Amino acid sequence: MCGIVGLLLKNPQLRPRLGELLVPMLLGMTERGPDSAGLAVFTEPVAAPLRKLSLYAGAHVIDWQDFAATLQQAIPGRHELRWTVNHAVLSTSAAVTEVEQWLDSAVPMLTVLSVGRSIDLYKDIGAPAAVAQRYGFAGFSGTHLVAHTRMATESAVTPAHAHPFTAGQDFCLVHNGSLSNPHLVRRKLEPLGIEFETDNDTEAACRFFEWRLREGDDLRTAVSRGFKELDGFYTFLMGTDQELALVRDAFACKPAIVAETDDYVAIASEFRSLANLPDVHHATLFEPRPQEIYSWRI
Amino acid sequence: MAHLSQAAAAPMEFDLARISVRELNRYLHRELPKTPAAKIVIANPDGAHSIACGLDIEVEVQINGHVGYYAAGMNQHAHVTVNGNAGPGTAENMMSGSVRVRGFASTSAGASAHGGCLIIEGDASLRCGISLKGADIVVGGSVGSFAAFMAQAGRLVICGDAGDALGDSLYEAVIYVRGAVKSLGADARFEPMTQADIDTVAALLQIAQLGHDAAEFRRVASARQLYHWNADASLQY
Repeated sequence: MCGIVGLLLKNPQLRPRLGELLVPMLLGMTERGPDSAGLAVFTEPVAAPLRKLSLYAGAHVIDWQDFAATLQQAIPGRHELRWTVNHAVLSTSAAVTEVEQWLDSAVPMLTVLSVGRSIDLYKDIGAPAAVAQRYGFAGFSGTHLVAHTRMATESAVTPAHAHPFTAGQDFCLVHNGSLSNPHLVRRKLEPLGIEFETDNDTEAACRFFEWRLREGDDLRTAVSRGFKELDGFYTFLMGTDQELALVRDAFACKPAIVAETDDYVAIASEFRSLANLPDVHHATLFEPRPQEIYSWRI
Repeated sequence: MAHLSQAAAAPMEFDLARISVRELNRYLHRELPKTPAAKIVIANPDGAHSIACGLDIEVEVQINGHVGYYAAGMNQHAHVTVNGNAGPGTAENMMSGSVRVRGFASTSAGASAHGGCLIIEGDASLRCGISLKGADIVVGGSVGSFAAFMAQAGRLVICGDAGDALGDSLYEAVIYVRGAVKSLGADARFEPMTQADIDTVAALLQIAQLGHDAAEFRRVASARQLYHWNADASLQY
């Protein structure tokens, strides 16, 4: 069991309140996923050559000011860092590969959670309320988000196994369910040079879709291929810098409900996560049909 | 008359923004008077699970809003109305009484229900009436795939369309469907409507307060070919 949450704001005036609207949604999924929680928030994109990297230090204590100074010495360019405890978002004008290589050698205890122009990613073990508090989710602003609460059923409870998973840039995926052929998918992708970070089934789906997007599929085509390639139970919610996409397996084993108003589109595993949204009782509510691809653009 | 004066009593209101589902259900199970009681009205369900589950008393319960999993599950004698949508497993394992959902119902509505009547005015998702054991279900809208899967007894009336595998592996439950059927499940077949079938559908539509013509429905029942193992056709299973 797990809980899925998504929110896309159609009304730009609500964007400063994105995190504030999220928190009750996330907490509503606590019973479905009490062991870990995560959030991918998509903001206005940083200017063209810049990229953002979300960095996670786990239990390691990082002196972020010292980290910023060391980075500035090692790699020329414009670097900006904002941090919360064991997490930082680095905006950089340097090449992403160059920064990642430097991180690997100079600060190997750091994990890169996401890369892109819009995405910031947070995930950690602990109750959703504790994770939200730890990183100050309530204060976030942005255009749209994807969040998850996890109750692990098939792999370990670690920050790396928490959702959202990312692949490539500005792409993330959360999953409620379990896949039965993740190893098959992995054996197909690894010879193509695609590297995996965990043994989690969801990571296989995430990397499969991102691979298809990189090969030129649009999200709809990529997901359609997934119907053939991915076996198991799933409600997937995906986020890119431009859109949210939702899909359920043919048996609709895992729940999902959508609420849409003039101001927002909200997605959750259950209505109880939507109950606190403004004017939700006048929203158009529907249960997404199995094997239909739903997507919403900012 | 005591009976009339009690029936006319003001409804008892419970606000789930103030009390827990456990407190509400404990009251309904243990403290509600056994004689005809005032109507129970529940506010702010907000998708909570197991609201009005396991009732065992003849009482009218009205829930104003959307409910989560297993609303009115295991119901016996009570008449529960959901003025909203219902999550998975609504009225699952109902024994008697009635449950009415004014909106749509998620997966497995009326699963394994033995008796009583479940009315869903909107659509029902997949597996509606799975393993039905004797209850009646009337769906005002359409049903998703695998409706009445392995249903053993009871009636499922579908006023709209049905998804894939309608009535897969049916036993003795009977399905009446008014709209299109995407596909029938294994061993399910269309059968002619008799006058008795038309009367049955008309009676159930009347209970559900739906104004369709019973003659527009088609009957789906088991061909009973799966009741016995056919050793000569083992590859067909």
